[in-house]
Amino acid sequence: MTGRVRTATAAAAVVLVLAAVSATSACGHDHQASARKTASTNAAKPAVTIDVFAASSLTEAFTELGRMFEASRRGVTVRFNFGGSSALAQQVNDGAPADVFASADATTMAKVVDAGHAKGAPSVFARNRLSIVVAAGNPKAVEGLADLAKPGMVVVLCAPEVPCGSLANATLANAGVKVQPKSLEANVKAVVTKVALGEADAGIVYETDVKAGGPKVAGVAVEGADDPSRQAAYAIVQVVGAAHPDEARQWVDYVTSSSEARSVLAGFGLGSP
Amino acid sequence: MRTRAGSAVVIVAAAVGGLVFVVPVAGLVWRAPWWGLWASLSSSAAREALRLSVVCSLWATAVCVMVGLPLAWVLARVPFPGRRLVRALVLVPLVLPPVVGGVALLLAFGRRGLAGVYLDRWFGITLPFTTAGSALAEAFVALPFLVLTAESAFRSADRRLEEAARTLGAGPWTVFRRVTLPLAAPALGAGAVLAWARALGEFGATITFAGNSPGRTTTIPIQVYLLLESGDVSGAIALSLVLLGVAVAVLAVLRDRWVGGWSSSP
Repeated sequence: MTGRVRTATAAAAVVLVLAAVSATSACGHDHQASARKTASTNAAKPAVTIDVFAASSLTEAFTELGRMFEASRRGVTVRFNFGGSSALAQQVNDGAPADVFASADATTMAKVVDAGHAKGAPSVFARNRLSIVVAAGNPKAVEGLADLAKPGMVVVLCAPEVPCGSLANATLANAGVKVQPKSLEANVKAVVTKVALGEADAGIVYETDVKAGGPKVAGVAVEGADDPSRQAAYAIVQVVGAAHPDEARQWVDYVTSSSEARSVLAGFGLGSP
Repeated sequence: MRTRAGSAVVIVAAAVGGLVFVVPVAGLVWRAPWWGLWASLSSSAAREALRLSVVCSLWATAVCVMVGLPLAWVLARVPFPGRRLVRALVLVPLVLPPVVGGVALLLAFGRRGLAGVYLDRWFGITLPFTTAGSALAEAFVALPFLVLTAESAFRSADRRLEEAARTLGAGPWTVFRRVTLPLAAPALGAGAVLAWARALGEFGATITFAGNSPGRTTTIPIQVYLLLESGDVSGAIALSLVLLGVAVAVLAVLRDRWVGGWSSSP
């Protein structure tokens, strides 16, 4: 019994000492941090977290923009939910707690608008052009869409159910090229993976995906990719019933109209609207 | 008094546990497009996906039995260095995210994969984007279920019966076929059924390794995913219900008939 008491006392003493040490060290050198803390408290604004549901092709660009946005507005945190545009639209329409929704195409955005979950009209803030993706060095010497129809060429496309698939089909039809794809992948990244691993010789994806694909893949320009009707139009909108409408609107404004956002988006291969 | 409170807690926890299974299914049934169900299911894409799902999952189960049973027997009966490591490796498909499993399969059996290069060069076989590839991906993910159940069955089988058979002059193969296998049969059946059920619902590894090629690799889970992507929620629910119906029917029948020792109800 006495042994246990003694252990307990010893433990308490250790805790006290540790607490004292950490307290003094905090006072000692973290001067800046405590100063910062006071500043943010003085702003008298409670911490706010906004939930942004965004198409997965925006992952890299939005993550960076989120960091910059948070740095310029103390107390605001941007939390992302990245996924396929359709799945996200479904979640928003089913009442998921989103403040902002950003889709990779107009059709999906229309679903949220039609369901009455968009506050105001969505604005297009970026465009993505199609590109042929091939292995680095272009071993099969692909020069354009027509080469995808060559015998022995293993081509994978996005499924027609996802935006990149329907855009690719429209572009191929417009060019009069008939391709027999080996696989209709569920998303763009899967097409890039198949090409990067050498399972496929070529695929049709977005320019951003070629850029994000790293040194293992290269892009070949697609004829007619400059036609805006054959580009993915990224749209963003504030969701009705957002928990933090003011901050949500600020984020939408930041993405659509700041020059900072424009240059970050361009850096990831996204064209201006 | 205390025990009564204790048993109440157990019953409440059990009810919550049951609800975890029941509520999502109820959600599907609630949102199901009952009037348009037949239209959704009679489309050629749906029927093709159903056929492929059945074919691939049966092939996957066959592969699991053919390689999984011997592996389980060796793990249970043959002491060898590194047995613990092999036992741990068998669990890899369980803990690996299925999509990563699919990438691993590509790196192994893809056109440029570790073994795939030789399959292609020597036999002209490429597995990705083929039905065989789908079955392989499903088998990879389902294998642990069979091996784990079979191994514990082989280990818990009464060794004295085997020794008795051997003293009566039976060879090792006869002992295995006439004594060990019948003793382990109920558990082996359960393992095969679990593996089949896992294969039937497999999505991530299959779509990553075998892609989505209508009529060749588009199984029901993949078709459901694509329907959701295109916003056709009712079509997706209709197909999911078929998968659910098939699985529940088969499991209910097998559990009573074939897998006698599995349930062992009082």
